[in-house]
Amino acid sequence: MSRQASRGTESKKMSSELFTLTYGALVTQLCKDYENDEDVNKQLDKMGYNIGVRLIEDFLARSNVGRCHDFRETADVIAKVAFKMYLGITPSITNWSPAGDEFSLILENNPLVDFVELPDNHSSLIYSNLLCGVLRGALEMKRSPDLGPGDMEVLGVSIRKEEAEGMCGSGEERRG
Amino acid sequence: MADAALFEFLHTEMVAELWAHDPDPSPGGQKTSLSVLKGMGFRVGQALGERLPRETLAFREELDILKFLCKDLWVAVFQKQMDSLRTNHQGTYVLQDNSFPLLVRMASGLQYLEEAPKFLAFTCGLLRGTLSTLGIKSLVTASVAALPACKFQVVIQKA
Repeated sequence: MSRQASRGTESKKMSSELFTLTYGALVTQLCKDYENDEDVNKQLDKMGYNIGVRLIEDFLARSNVGRCHDFRETADVIAKVAFKMYLGITPSITNWSPAGDEFSLILENNPLVDFVELPDNHSSLIYSNLLCGVLRGALEMKRSPDLGPGDMEVLGVSIRKEEAEGMCGSGEERRG
Repeated sequence: MADAALFEFLHTEMVAELWAHDPDPSPGGQKTSLSVLKGMGFRVGQALGERLPRETLAFREELDILKFLCKDLWVAVFQKQMDSLRTNHQGTYVLQDNSFPLLVRMASGLQYLEEAPKFLAFTCGLLRGTLSTLGIKSLVTASVAALPACKFQVVIQKA
């Protein structure tokens, strides 16, 4: 009985570390393939984007979340449903712009950086940049069909002060 | 606590990225991409193995370790057990998965047979890496007769 239980715990622990470890191996490989941190950041963003456009379908199928009526709802769904489902954390939503078209997500405990130490020669590396691409890809797929092509764009998702605050992300929306 | 789907999405994108980035489409270039994937899998397998609690590492026999891979490791990584394990009791093991999750998204049968090795390389490395942490040196190869079933062949290297 106790042997079964400890087996389950081991599996669970390994399972949750698999993604973190694989991500670490990926970033290490990209740092070898590309000469500078900027290119690695771009590559992570691009890969994240490709993942995001597929992930959104998986998310909608599993979460039963309905259509978001405004950007605040979108922010809530991202932080409280999506991040919880995929990374087991709930970032806090802060820093709303006066126009309500920009916000920040703060990750207190970023699971991607578990066991990770960045060497000094990679000061421009945005380690978690994949997450930005994922958000960008997912949001772009689900912008409202009622809006015209120029009416809403996810202009940027960026990470600021990664070390101090975890991740900050902002999406921008323009209504026609 | 990362969701299992994230690993699958990431793995698919990693395979795509390595192939897109590879300037050399010849068989020689393919080999490099495959070995890069295997290397990444190896490091991850090693790290996973290192995180096992001490008691687990007190296996009695080589076969126990292989059974561990087929049950505990496979469940942790792919949420299912290996479907069969065969051995010649002389250091060669064949692990068969009839529905390998990283192949399932591709068509079943003989379509995309050529693409399959790309989706197995990381996992071959993973197996070899975990074995390495458990004190076993091995060679791991994979073969696919018809998707999504595949076999992993583990050959133990005696010192």
